[in-house]
Amino acid sequence: MDNPGVVGAFYLLSGVTVLSSLAVFAVRNLLHAVVFLVLAFVGMAGIFITLSADFLAVAQILIYAGAVSILLVFAVMLTPLADRNNANSLFVLPGVAVAGGFATIVALVAVATDWNVLAEEDLGYRSFATTIADIGQALLGPYVLAFEVASVLLLAALIGAIVLVREEERA
Amino acid sequence: MTFEELKPFIVPGLPHYLALSGQVFAIGILIALSKRNAIAVLMGVELMLNATNLAFLAFTRFVPQAQGTPALAGHVFVVFILTVAAAEAAVALAMAVLVYRRRETVDLDRLNLLRW
Repeated sequence: MDNPGVVGAFYLLSGVTVLSSLAVFAVRNLLHAVVFLVLAFVGMAGIFITLSADFLAVAQILIYAGAVSILLVFAVMLTPLADRNNANSLFVLPGVAVAGGFATIVALVAVATDWNVLAEEDLGYRSFATTIADIGQALLGPYVLAFEVASVLLLAALIGAIVLVREEERA
Repeated sequence: MTFEELKPFIVPGLPHYLALSGQVFAIGILIALSKRNAIAVLMGVELMLNATNLAFLAFTRFVPQAQGTPALAGHVFVVFILTVAAAEAAVALAMAVLVYRRRETVDLDRLNLLRW
């Protein structure tokens, strides 16, 4: 883990992710906020790679940076008369206080807790040669019920989205 | 202080990833709490889900595998979170479009039909 490239990549990518997440809050145009959200998702995918989660990094780019952000752009475009002013916020100061307090507490707890982490020599990259085979084994082995329920959930979401926005037929 | 003394603070370990996850989650909370546009609130929710994924992956990477659990169980949880997030985004955006058709706004403060 103490490879200088990994260390540099971690700090660079976390800077990109946090700053573009803040930009989602700060920019004035809603479409620009979606673009910064995509940047935050891509930075997060890079951080997943530094954690040796190769498959999930690709899935993150495909699903979040690809599909979800396209859905968001569709939603913004399909509501043309709504206010696009993203700076229109309420309760900013209490929100900042809650968020700052939460982040501080999480950081303090994360540093103070004596985590049961792996020894330095077990953190090598060989133990995570590829994750896809293990994820597939787990999905179709112990978690097969949850896997099937997830497929039903996706079907329900698909049908639900179509039924919700279907135009009523005029008699 | 020498570099060797500073090394545990500089080299990213589990606390670094958890602190980053907490920061992104906090920004998600901030967006979800203070934005008035329903689509912007949904962006905050997606950021929070993403921060949770990061915490799962960090624990999978740094903490030894528990007895009797499959390898990379945390990655499987992230797969399910991705699935649920995609389904949630699809339905929530359909609802936003539906609300817009009826009320010509997606401003959450003006959707107060149920107000007493």
